[in-house]
Amino acid sequence: MSSAEIDQSTFLEIDGVWKAFGDFFALKDIGLEVHEGEFVCFLGPSGCGKTTLLRAIAGLDLQTRGSIKQAGKDISNLPAAERDFGIVFQSYALFPNLTIEKNIAFGLENTGVAKAAINSRVAELLELVGLPDQGKKYPAQLSGGQQQRIALARAIATEPGLLLLDEPLSALDAKVRVSLRHEIKELQRKLGVTTVMVTHDQEEGLSMADRIVVMNHGVIEQIGTPIEVYRDPSSLFVADFIGEMNKIRARGTDKKDRVKIGKKEVTCLPHEFAKDETVIAAIRPEDIIPHGKGARSPGARDTIANPENCLEVVISDMEFLGSYWNAILKGSELDGGELHANFSMNAVRRMDLEVGKKIEVELSANRLKVFATAQEPDG
Amino acid sequence: MSDTAQIEIPQGPAIKAKLGKDDWIMRSFIGIIVIYLIIALAFPLYAMLSKAFSTFHYDLTQFEFQVSNEEGKFDGSIFSASRLNDEVSAYAPEELVTGSGGRLAATKFFPDYSFRSPVLYKVRGTSDDAVFVVGSERKVGTEWREADSNLFRKVVFLPVKSSGFGNFTRYFSTPSLVRSIQNSLVISAVSTIITVTLAFGFAYSLNRSCMRFKGIFRLIAMIPILVPSLLPGIALVYLFGNQGILKAVMMGESIYGPYGIIAGSVFFTFPHAMLIITTALAISDARLYEAAVSLRASRWKTFWTVTIPGARYGLISAAFVVFNLVITDFGLPKVIGGQFNMLAVDIYKQVIGQQNFEMGAVVSVVLLVPAMLAFTMDRMVQRKQVALLSARSVVYEPKPNNRFDWGCLAYCSLVAVFILGILGICQYAALIKFWPYDLSLSLKNYAFDLMDGGGWAAYRNSIKLALLTAFFGTIVVFIGAYMVEKTQGFKVGRGIFQFLAMLPMAIPGMVLGLAYIFFFNNPANPLYFIYGTMAILVLCTVTHFYTVSHLTAVTALKQMDNEFESVASSLKQPFYKLFARVTVPVCLPAILDISIYLFVNAMTTVSAVVFLYSTNTALASIAVLNMDDAGDIAPAAAMGMMIFYTNVVARLVHTAVSRGVLQRTQKWRAR
Repeated sequence: MSSAEIDQSTFLEIDGVWKAFGDFFALKDIGLEVHEGEFVCFLGPSGCGKTTLLRAIAGLDLQTRGSIKQAGKDISNLPAAERDFGIVFQSYALFPNLTIEKNIAFGLENTGVAKAAINSRVAELLELVGLPDQGKKYPAQLSGGQQQRIALARAIATEPGLLLLDEPLSALDAKVRVSLRHEIKELQRKLGVTTVMVTHDQEEGLSMADRIVVMNHGVIEQIGTPIEVYRDPSSLFVADFIGEMNKIRARGTDKKDRVKIGKKEVTCLPHEFAKDETVIAAIRPEDIIPHGKGARSPGARDTIANPENCLEVVISDMEFLGSYWNAILKGSELDGGELHANFSMNAVRRMDLEVGKKIEVELSANRLKVFATAQEPDG
Repeated sequence: MSDTAQIEIPQGPAIKAKLGKDDWIMRSFIGIIVIYLIIALAFPLYAMLSKAFSTFHYDLTQFEFQVSNEEGKFDGSIFSASRLNDEVSAYAPEELVTGSGGRLAATKFFPDYSFRSPVLYKVRGTSDDAVFVVGSERKVGTEWREADSNLFRKVVFLPVKSSGFGNFTRYFSTPSLVRSIQNSLVISAVSTIITVTLAFGFAYSLNRSCMRFKGIFRLIAMIPILVPSLLPGIALVYLFGNQGILKAVMMGESIYGPYGIIAGSVFFTFPHAMLIITTALAISDARLYEAAVSLRASRWKTFWTVTIPGARYGLISAAFVVFNLVITDFGLPKVIGGQFNMLAVDIYKQVIGQQNFEMGAVVSVVLLVPAMLAFTMDRMVQRKQVALLSARSVVYEPKPNNRFDWGCLAYCSLVAVFILGILGICQYAALIKFWPYDLSLSLKNYAFDLMDGGGWAAYRNSIKLALLTAFFGTIVVFIGAYMVEKTQGFKVGRGIFQFLAMLPMAIPGMVLGLAYIFFFNNPANPLYFIYGTMAILVLCTVTHFYTVSHLTAVTALKQMDNEFESVASSLKQPFYKLFARVTVPVCLPAILDISIYLFVNAMTTVSAVVFLYSTNTALASIAVLNMDDAGDIAPAAAMGMMIFYTNVVARLVHTAVSRGVLQRTQKWRAR
């Protein structure tokens, strides 16, 4: 679902939220809006405050300052039981002594719903999460992925307005994780429930979320769609945390679209740095384009967009990663540093690339972004 | 980021949580249990401490006399009691220091006093708080009271109370009392060394050998937990006492005294030490042993460089626990200590024998010091052990080694013979008609109703106490542990609770029992009515054994996912539904363990309840003590064995119930 399709009415409004643990601030002045039906992901390294923020939204650990509104109602200081959400934890938190059915029915009991209605709702939910025949079993008899699906069914059983997912996939095997993240996304789309997920896995965030909130040291670094966050990171931290990024020590020039790498002035995205200011030029491995014979498929022209951005490099090592090669490049113009570049299988075959070979690569000017060195994350 | 790091948190108060219904209920529960612990623990201890620091002396300047002539005429001259004392030296200064129950006879101020004389006396106080007794009437104040010579015999002065270290000064200047400190420390230290060494060998055999009959040995090692600590004392009397079968072994030394106390202490503390050390050995990492083998270290060297360091926290913890058990035990030194005084027995002697409550309180304070220290050290060490536990390790699997395994079997058999021998001799003695002259069997020693000590009623009382303690204690302990583990916020309440829950383990039973006298045996206390009833025995026993039960419950609760409560509240289900449907069923094994622990201890305990029982609530364990005291040693042994068999039955029932309950409610455990 692209952001354009989302109903733009604000569902969750977080304003000026702080969380203090003694002298330490786990959250600093967090402001954020989540739209109705949107899937938002809090992404960041451990200790960045993402789980703290989720627990504040749930009312499990109250924030120290700031307000949280859900569906227009101020829920800032309400206990969890008086809020409207369903939650799924990394540990599944299924009640071990109750059957799957009883687990899912737990929130439906004592709500004035008739027993028959509860039973049919439970059956419906089991169907929804793809485990229709497992109702009589106990949690320990299911696999991790199945247990997490039951936890999801239990969370949405009462049709909450907000679904909170706290690292739901982190305890699972890699394979199960990939298939389950697809299923969760599918389910969320089907139900249209506003969802907030916490994860430290950038792949999860990129593949599942409508918008990503990148957090670090208790502050929001960037909010945007997965593509925005990947393509146009607002800070070196974001650039580094999401995907792979080459960082090259560089200096400013008198032109705002140029930066000096070693002795070479290359064209880059516009920036605000002064001449000779030390900066970091950043480029992703897939934006380093090889040139020379065989670099393009037969028939296509091997055009160099910015000749000044071309570097002479030597392949010092190559790593086969299945669908592409990761090449480590060294060169006199790189000031002792090295670059990681992703070359397609075909390009490697056509250009006959191997360790020790000298080639020419171009740093795509419209992908080369400049950041201040002070932004270097200290973690 | 650098530019946001400088922003300041806005001024103003932190957001206060609106408390939900669950929060209120949970907080009230914590409140109730805190109040319970304050009444059952904090207040009595405070009463005891203030007693220890209350001193009493006679203030002679408070009293004045007039004396008539033979005709009964007063000439109006007034004599101060203090002046009279200076003149006739009726009382030496040290005689003016006394206890709360002290009384000073007025007649001694008049050397020529005779109760037949016609002389009349008048007496009054010089201040409004001077108190004296005339006949059986208590008089307060400055009004003159007249008494003839006959009545003057019954004029006594009451002491005034002040606070200070006077009692302690008196304690430390009484050599016979001070010697107990040294006695207690030495006996406890020696018993600790012996027990820990023996228990280590036993635990090591169970853990590290492939000997046979491990299960049976484990059972036998647990037996001493099921009997009162004074039972080994009785057995030792039969074995090595003046008419003992093995008296010759003592080579002229008496079993009554240090030898008996140490031997009995080793018996009753053995299972405690063995359990702790077994746990410590069980967590050792097999990879360390594999590494040692690959480095060609000898078995001996491996033992000292891998085994001992790995089990060190267990050994230290076991040592402190044993030390604490021995120094606070009362029953054993009472039975076999003879003239050898220990602190716990001194408390009893001061209170029951001499009615000197202040001195009893002082000894209690003295006993509290090592007990508290040992307890604190044990807690610190255990915390470190827990850290070891959480580390990932590979379980050690012993490999058969004929010589070693047979050695272990021989050693464990020896220990088992010691334990079973102690029990066997008690049972044998209980069935003998008249030791050592008529060794024919009879049941006459079971005719408890014919002896002092409470008879069969005492036995029934004990069972009643054990059942009530197990029932109410388990409820209070488990609910308390749940509340403190699962409540959000309310740090103050939880902090107080946690402190109070740990405290009982550091309080010797004698001290707790004495504290209960001071607090509850006071007509001004609204809870005075429970004094002398079964209720106070239950209250005291639950409190006495609170800590271990609490820790058992906390351990079980900690294994529950903390997010259960979060899930329940997100599903808008009250916490008590979660508690009843998930927490209690999942923790049922631990709950049953707590109840059997409380039951067994209520059956065997002597120390706390010895001050609190009344004729209607005499207990089996107290009956053992009293019958032994009265010389009815065989019936005492018989009653002790009744306690043992009752506990065995209770354990069997517990095992059966646990199995049944587990099968019915814990199906989910099977994968």
